[in-house]
Amino acid sequence: MEPGSERVSERADLLLAIADDELVLGWRNSEWTGIAPFLEEDVAFSSIAQNEIGHARALYELVAEELGTTADELAFDRKPEEYRCSPLVELRRLEWARTIARHWLYETADEMRLAALKASDDPEVAGVAAKMDREEAYHRMHAEMWVDRLLSSDEGRARLSEAIDELWPYALGVLDEELRPELRQRAEERLGRKLPEVEPVPRGVHEAELAELWEEMTMVRRSAPAGTQW
Amino acid sequence: MVTVDDVWAALAEIPDPEIPVISLVDLGVIKDVEIEDGKVRIEFTPTFMGCPALEPMQRAMEAKVDELGATAEVRVVLDDSWSTDSITPEGREKLRLAGFAPPTPRPVGKLDLVQVQRATFRCPYCGSTDTKLENLFGPTPCRSIRYCDACRQPFEQFKTL
Repeated sequence: MEPGSERVSERADLLLAIADDELVLGWRNSEWTGIAPFLEEDVAFSSIAQNEIGHARALYELVAEELGTTADELAFDRKPEEYRCSPLVELRRLEWARTIARHWLYETADEMRLAALKASDDPEVAGVAAKMDREEAYHRMHAEMWVDRLLSSDEGRARLSEAIDELWPYALGVLDEELRPELRQRAEERLGRKLPEVEPVPRGVHEAELAELWEEMTMVRRSAPAGTQW
Repeated sequence: MVTVDDVWAALAEIPDPEIPVISLVDLGVIKDVEIEDGKVRIEFTPTFMGCPALEPMQRAMEAKVDELGATAEVRVVLDDSWSTDSITPEGREKLRLAGFAPPTPRPVGKLDLVQVQRATFRCPYCGSTDTKLENLFGPTPCRSIRYCDACRQPFEQFKTL
């Protein structure tokens, strides 16, 4: 299934992009399970990961119904280059300031994207988006709490700043062009400074880290094809 | 002949897989029960979308209806119809007795960190309201962790969703 190909409707293409974002970010968040800087964050990132993967499942199911396939096939049986996720979620960020910067940038962009989906004419899409948003509210609270915490010290502010600047082109690439100015406005207001004018890193190109993650994520599925009885 | 009331009564006996003190009916996740030509149709919606117990819950509902001598068709609906305000008063009381602070009613408008941090939760062990938020997240998606400064006991709180 090629992105943008005739076989995939605009609706499926959009939902697949968001589902892939949530699946891959869920996977990345789960990489903190057991090794976060302290226990509360172990629990938080594990729980956020579970929510994101739940959202991916719901969105894949909507697409699967349309394409006559299954959520599992969409999640695990495509080639890495067929995923529609944004490069922001693909990055392996095992460093705390960058993790928090990505978390906050993604959740802020996701809130705007969900607001648009909640207003959709398609009742199924609007319903799923509204249900997702109830859970995402907690992710946003968590991200905001961390931004407050980092901004409250010189060292935290400097580290967050550096991480945000590095990830800013990626964050812009999560959203369609028309939503990007609002993301910039929100981010600049929150951080109290201008962000660099940069070219967004768009969807459709992939970081090398995605192939690595895909290997790990689909390993069990590939070793035991669908229908295997355990 | 199985009636809609029989089905509701049977479903009220199915415990939530993660918080077994409360039933699926107490949780408010059963949206609708209909009987048509002897076939029982149940619509239900999960509390959280990443719930790993969807299939066991579906199977438990089918088994309960089976015991009544009918066949069930369980449909999972993912829409915005469920919030923690759907938990019944009995369900809230059962949560409290089991050591979970029940969720506060959903505020009008946006739920934010300030409200979550301020919301007064009574400690389910000693009854004090001298409690604070420890972690927005807990051992399952529906729970946050709070700490009671009066009896120095951490406790779980059902998130307001």
